[in-house]
Amino acid sequence: MSAEVSESRHRELGLSDSEYERITELLGRDPNDVELAMFSLLWSEHCAYKHSRKLLGRLPTEGDRVVMGPGENAGAVEVGNGHAVAFKVESHNHPSAVEPFQGAATGVGGILRDVFAIGARPIAVLDSLRFGELASDRSRYLFEGAVAGIGHYGNSIGVPTVGGEVYFEPPYEHNCLVNAMCVGLARTDEMIRSAAAGLGNLVVIMGASTGRDGIGGASVLASAELEAGDDSKRPSVQIGDPFEESKLLECCLELLERDLLVSLQDLGAAGLTSSAGEMASKGGVGIDIDVARVPLREPDLEPFEVMISESQERMLAVVEPSKLDQVVATCERWQTGAAAIGEITDTGRLRVLDEGVEVGDVPVEALVDECPLYDLDPEEPTRWMYGNAETLGERIALGAGRSADPGDPSAILCALLSSPNVASKRWAFEQYDSVVGSRTARRPEAADAAVLMIPESGGAIAVSIDGNGRRVACDPYAGTVEAVIECAQNLACAGAEPLGLTNCLNFGNPEKANVAWQLDRAVLGLADACLALGVPVVGGNVSLYNETEHGPIYPTPVVGMVGELPDPARALGLAPSDGDRLLLVGPFAPSLAGSELAKLRGELDAGLPQPPIAAAAAALGFIREVVREGLATAAHDVSDGGLACALAEMAIAAGAGIEADLDSLVELRGGSGESCLFGEGPGGIVLGVAADGVRSLIERARRAGVEALELGAVAGERISIAAAERDVSVALADAERAWRSLADSL
Amino acid sequence: MIGVIQFPGSCDERDAVAAVQRVGDGRLVWHEETDLSGLDGVVIPGGFSYGDYLRAGAIARFSPAMEAVARFAAGGAPVLGICNGFQVLCEAGLLPGALLPNEGLRFICRQVELVAEDFAGPFASEIGAGERLSIPIKHMSGRYFAPDDELDRMEASGRIAFRYAAGQNPNGSVRDVAGVINEAGNVLGLMPHPEHAVHPLTGSDDGLALFRALAGAPRAAAA
Repeated sequence: MSAEVSESRHRELGLSDSEYERITELLGRDPNDVELAMFSLLWSEHCAYKHSRKLLGRLPTEGDRVVMGPGENAGAVEVGNGHAVAFKVESHNHPSAVEPFQGAATGVGGILRDVFAIGARPIAVLDSLRFGELASDRSRYLFEGAVAGIGHYGNSIGVPTVGGEVYFEPPYEHNCLVNAMCVGLARTDEMIRSAAAGLGNLVVIMGASTGRDGIGGASVLASAELEAGDDSKRPSVQIGDPFEESKLLECCLELLERDLLVSLQDLGAAGLTSSAGEMASKGGVGIDIDVARVPLREPDLEPFEVMISESQERMLAVVEPSKLDQVVATCERWQTGAAAIGEITDTGRLRVLDEGVEVGDVPVEALVDECPLYDLDPEEPTRWMYGNAETLGERIALGAGRSADPGDPSAILCALLSSPNVASKRWAFEQYDSVVGSRTARRPEAADAAVLMIPESGGAIAVSIDGNGRRVACDPYAGTVEAVIECAQNLACAGAEPLGLTNCLNFGNPEKANVAWQLDRAVLGLADACLALGVPVVGGNVSLYNETEHGPIYPTPVVGMVGELPDPARALGLAPSDGDRLLLVGPFAPSLAGSELAKLRGELDAGLPQPPIAAAAAALGFIREVVREGLATAAHDVSDGGLACALAEMAIAAGAGIEADLDSLVELRGGSGESCLFGEGPGGIVLGVAADGVRSLIERARRAGVEALELGAVAGERISIAAAERDVSVALADAERAWRSLADSL
Repeated sequence: MIGVIQFPGSCDERDAVAAVQRVGDGRLVWHEETDLSGLDGVVIPGGFSYGDYLRAGAIARFSPAMEAVARFAAGGAPVLGICNGFQVLCEAGLLPGALLPNEGLRFICRQVELVAEDFAGPFASEIGAGERLSIPIKHMSGRYFAPDDELDRMEASGRIAFRYAAGQNPNGSVRDVAGVINEAGNVLGLMPHPEHAVHPLTGSDDGLALFRALAGAPRAAAA
């Protein structure tokens, strides 16, 4: 093969001139086509984290319960009785922007493989989605396609989708986000790592055959800004086949249970190159792969194409030669492929052969570990970087079904409830099987967190995924801290204590100073919040270059958390009983800055109040105790749309009215009645409490140093909230109609 | 012992075994097994057997295990088909009618109320006519269809086992039909998932009645 490589070739593949020079230095010669393709992918942002790795070092990763931390296919935490819960969130943004159904479907397929690659059976999927406003045809197409794709894959493979979140904001119009999180369960002593080991052991590819789909996905799609005319990139989007994955999943779990594998790794971005490279790197060994032995679905693939194909539903395993026959027989029984394509060597090199003839030879370390890392050049923007549009009047006319004064708090409440960011997402989550597996004790929207029973450990877990890009855009540090607090609040409402966190950092182009500043501040916020709450980061994913000629997306760190609780029967839902009192617990200090109302009024601007991390952490501990002891009847954290929306959501869940008075909050925090009704901020949880338990609960909060205010009670058939003469009074049926109006926008 | 058939692509087979085990003994039956002689009853579970390529249930009906199930059912033993299992039973001709794509052309997962009709046979032993059960549905192709004259005959002969409660038909099924039985009363198919309604914490335990009926059915002649 020619060593001549034209100068433009490496640029087309996304490598800079200095990176290319570095490759020639490391090899001592020019790379050939196979080697250049391999480097271009493993040295892409998506695989090498070259703009984020230095920042990620700030995150706390240690914890008593951590079984596997960052660096493995997924993180894992101990849940007791010899079992661990594995979990990870990952993005599939650019593929979904090109083809939403397959992009989202294969996003789910990929994160499932990450989890069963460590020997855990997937037991839940959650998703975090961002699109432009639903008024846009394109956003509706992307939203509907992504939801259908997630459902198609998860439903077909028999893993429940138990939770998630969706936001609609203009900066995602041209660059939607599709993040999927998978949670798995394993016996701790049966978990497996990905490090290759054992000279002479065989490298076996399992699952689907290899085709041309997804060639170059990692560099062409994942690490460059999207441009107009990206339809031409459609062949780079992978096609998912959940049936193939279902067989592969069962087969892999059986192989692990029978102890037939030395190590296991999924084939994701950059295909064989990345999987073989990472397995060799972690094991400190070399690997020889003969591409002629890889089962192909079309006959004439070039060696470089075999090495970088992103065909889905494939796994790579290291197998002792004496166990190969059993592995192949098991795969045949599950009607899935298996072929020995190479072996472990002591060379420290990844060698690519074609029918025994060498066509590529690179040092594993150079490929995997020596990609140059870049420092960011952060600069705080001098003004609000994004747009503003006034839509409140229109929303009031639409959502409330009546025209009213845009200053009328009752009309505002209905407008907020009907805003797609606040409204019920039933239209989406009913397309997901949330019950398969027989573990789901709290389904979507029944509670702030999904609750899964884990009889294997004798308890249960709660899971949640959160992130509000708009608030992070207002203040990347505070907004990211809030995302972590909100996720922990959702868990606390179920009585769960966080065991670990996974995150997906979705940002624009980090080579631009303002985006670099967002990323830098957000990671600092993530680190501070995790430290304060004592939650280790066990894994994650970074998705940069989410940016088009129209500008960057809102900076969107998405955090997923897993917590444990002793008794799922006591995990609280949203619905209090008639006559219950309503308490606001925590340091919640509402502000209209960055709120849904500020968005609807076109009044977004930089800046958020600094989050009260320590007081929020104390309140979380208090809430957990109260829930576990069964002292409350309902719990709901205050988030989008503020306290009025939180109360309305509880009323809708209860099927009863609410009578509340926020004057004590106005007095305590200052600000206007309006900001107390609709202002947002971290650290607020509304509890439903039986009338005879209120006094002792308030006293207990006082002793714990946690603020608790009695707001009112569940009564009547209206949502009536007094707030410094800005009184809300809306019939429950009207509020519910507004909150359930999402499907009307589609 | 109740056997739960496991096809490649089945999703709810382990849940079905767990549901059976709440009231009796259960085990998985691999789709290539043809000897069902040790079993007292069979569940054909939900999922996407063989990927549901071509049409839901269209490939699974040709599997070795299904040929054995047909003989098993002909011998009078109870067979319960859930969701994909219902689709397979219709494809195999063990039950009348067909399951078409949902009216809204979307997958739906939702807790629904069923109303038991007046039907006979082993599955009726634990459920009285008019009884309401809260059981989840989750499917893409659950719209039951049979021609009007056939439906008339089925209604007249007590072969409609379950209907969706008024106003709760999620998929456009004709005459709100959610489940049907065969003439002999030993083969029941339904779209809702009773195996996901066996624990109050997951929403309801109304589905247990069907598994109790299955496990308690008098032993039929071996297939």
